Amino acid sequence: MFDSLSEKLQATLADVRAHGTLTEDDIAKAMREIRLALLEADVNFKVVKSFTATVKERCLGADVVGALNPGQQVVKIVNEELAALMGGASMGLTFSPRPPTVVLMAGLQGSGKTTATAKLARWLKAEHGSSVALAACDVYRPAAVDQLRTVGAQVGADVYEQGTDRDPVDIARWALDQAKMAGKDVLIVDTSGRLHVDEKLMAELVDIRRAVKPTNVLLVVDAMTGQDAVNVAEQFSQAVDFDGVIMSKLDGDARGGAALSVKAVTGKPILFASVGEKLDQFERFHPDRMAQRILGMGDVLSLIEKAEKQYDEDEAKALERKLRRNEFTLEDFLNQLRQIRKMGPLTNLLGMMPGLAGQQLKNMKVDERELDRVQAIILSMTPEERRHPELIKGSRRLRIAKGSGTSVQHVNQLVKQFDTMRKVMRQLGKGKMPDLGALMRQGR
Amino acid sequence: MVAHPVPRDWSDVFLTADGSRATVDDAAAEPEGRRGFFRRLRENMSKTRQALGAEIQATLFETLDEETWERLEEALIMADVGARTTAKVVAQLEMDAESGDLEGGEALTRRLTELLADLARPGEGHIDLRPEPTVIMVAGVNGTGKTTTIGKLAWHLHRELGRTVVLGAADTYRAAAVEQLTEWAARAGCEIVTGPPGSDPGSVAFEAVRQGRERGADVIIVDTAGRLHTQDDLMAELAKVRRVIAKQLPDAPHETLLTVDATTGQNGLRQAQLFSETVPVDGIVLTKLDGTAKGGIALAIAGELGIPVKLIGIGEALEDLRPFDADDFASALLAP
Ligand SMILES: Nc1nc2c(ncn2[C@@H]2O[C@H](COP(=O)(O)OP(=O)(O)OP(=O)(O)O)[C@@H](O)[C@H]2O)c(=O)[nH]1
Ligand SMILES: [Mg+2]
Repeated sequence: MFDSLSEKLQATLADVRAHGTLTEDDIAKAMREIRLALLEADVNFKVVKSFTATVKERCLGADVVGALNPGQQVVKIVNEELAALMGGASMGLTFSPRPPTVVLMAGLQGSGKTTATAKLARWLKAEHGSSVALAACDVYRPAAVDQLRTVGAQVGADVYEQGTDRDPVDIARWALDQAKMAGKDVLIVDTSGRLHVDEKLMAELVDIRRAVKPTNVLLVVDAMTGQDAVNVAEQFSQAVDFDGVIMSKLDGDARGGAALSVKAVTGKPILFASVGEKLDQFERFHPDRMAQRILGMGDVLSLIEKAEKQYDEDEAKALERKLRRNEFTLEDFLNQLRQIRKMGPLTNLLGMMPGLAGQQLKNMKVDERELDRVQAIILSMTPEERRHPELIKGSRRLRIAKGSGTSVQHVNQLVKQFDTMRKVMRQLGKGKMPDLGALMRQGR
Repeated sequence: MVAHPVPRDWSDVFLTADGSRATVDDAAAEPEGRRGFFRRLRENMSKTRQALGAEIQATLFETLDEETWERLEEALIMADVGARTTAKVVAQLEMDAESGDLEGGEALTRRLTELLADLARPGEGHIDLRPEPTVIMVAGVNGTGKTTTIGKLAWHLHRELGRTVVLGAADTYRAAAVEQLTEWAARAGCEIVTGPPGSDPGSVAFEAVRQGRERGADVIIVDTAGRLHTQDDLMAELAKVRRVIAKQLPDAPHETLLTVDATTGQNGLRQAQLFSETVPVDGIVLTKLDGTAKGGIALAIAGELGIPVKLIGIGEALEDLRPFDADDFASALLAP
């Protein structure tokens, strides 16, 4: 099983502490783990090679007598290097001073261009209030025009199409005129999927580019792409010199090493992530988080941001105060639970947690029914009981069990778990890292 | 050079009641068309060769040292075979080489191709067309080539084996998915059963099988919506489609094909694993082999899950579907 690289490295380097510095041998062992992790994540072989060389260099000079253990030290170096390679802060689109801003979409067959086109249109409307039109230049794939027309309507973008009998270059040129006349802010040109080695179709793409002079050319890359990602990116880069990348299907459990490969060989930033089939499942790409995902270290930052969106600050402060004073009640717990569940299915959230990414998700499935049960139990308590769970004994348990359609065991279990949780929180409140393992054992 | 076994032919793929190819063999009846057909077939064969590439890099075993194994490892990894399967193959070949039975680069190349081909060929790889009607269900991740594969397969069954085919448009979710399959049905010369957009895919599949039986179709192929293997609700829906089909016809679907895009990396193994846990997958269609990707993940899938590749996609036209040939695939994996 693929544990997080971080855990593996810490295990590999467990005995290094004793001699205080990383030896060549330690580093070789660590590099092997890193190499495997990156290859498993589909980072291109050559990129992995040069990457591990850089990391090795830095590790050799590293002193491991600091606060971090040697494993953590190496993880930190890997993380920093990976983040550097992935690029810094997330970037956006360039807008033309003279509208319409033209965005040309390109990519292999089945990479998700049409969906991404509609999502980008929706995103531009929502974030920038742009009026957007779409040009239907995929005249080859059966029903591609129909598909764009449908999704275009769904996101409220005009779709300029001329069926499938005209040349895509002419359609693109015509659509640009339409967009100008209609005073659109943005025109997104959807094109057919094509192989990077298909000379005829690549030449056509170059012609489309020449015809509409796009402000942005975006390459759509499937997050599940393997080693070939570099070939694809290099060829498209040579042909149409794209400006940025949209990673599609990032809602799956692929580690997405292709993102790193593409960035490494073309230097072009990944701008957006497509994270679901629904048209609003589209977001800015965060390079630093991707680095962690590739390493299997989860996506702590995304999780935090998601949480931040849901909680308001005052509430958070009040909660913190309660935690510190050990006044956290089942009532508060219920509120928390509801808030968290508002963020989406817990399984999705778990996928963003360190150590749970990818492969393990399947085993770590959260039983949403279990949470339903917890909510039902708390709802069957009186306010007094929620504030003082220690009151819940004997006949009260039976009443609550009956009221919530559960059993006395379930009620007992919840009360016990809550007690454990309070202990953890009290320690956290005192600024101490609790011994989670010990607490878990107690709780059982 | 490597002695090639007879390339796998279409007649090796399908099991038919009369024991062999039910080819439309009346060539004289349509001389123009047939000649055209053979020319295209020839072109196609060479396209397959091209797609699958040339032979294993000639220089791979020029010298035999630590670096040789590293180069081999690199080549396999670059072909998306994955670290685990690569390690297995390299270790085996290294052992064979040490045992002294293999003299020279040519013998090593031959042994390597053999190892890879054996891995890629976990079963016979037939598609049994004997049940009347035969129901084939096609599933896979979004954009991997389900609908296109169905169009090509229907065309082949109809054109070459003279079968009547009915398609079931059970992708009721994606925009214009029905229109797309309808266009393929027209190209392939077969009928199609559709339902309204957003309707229950199970009922469309059920209806397709029911109507297919009623019309006396030989083969019914059911298209399904693309889905990620991590979407539990959609995977449950797929299982349901299968159950509903079985309700209409007890042993159906007789064949469940999973499309895997040849450009897919290590995630392909997860796809195959989770799809086959949901519906028993009988075979893989490895699509888009006309690009530069080698499709090595199919080797990992065959090796680790025992699911054979049955067909390959080598383009977007009707005739761009071919039987999978493990030997060709093996030599192409390590081509430069
Ligand atoms: N080059 C090439 N393109 C292919 C091949 N098979 C399919 N495609 C293309 O890949 C794209 C997606 O194919 P579809 O058949 O629509 O895929 P799908 O799995 O049905 O997609 P969804 O239903 O949207 O999940 C289309 O542009 C096809 O033309 C192939 O073997 N080679
Ligand atoms: Mg489809």
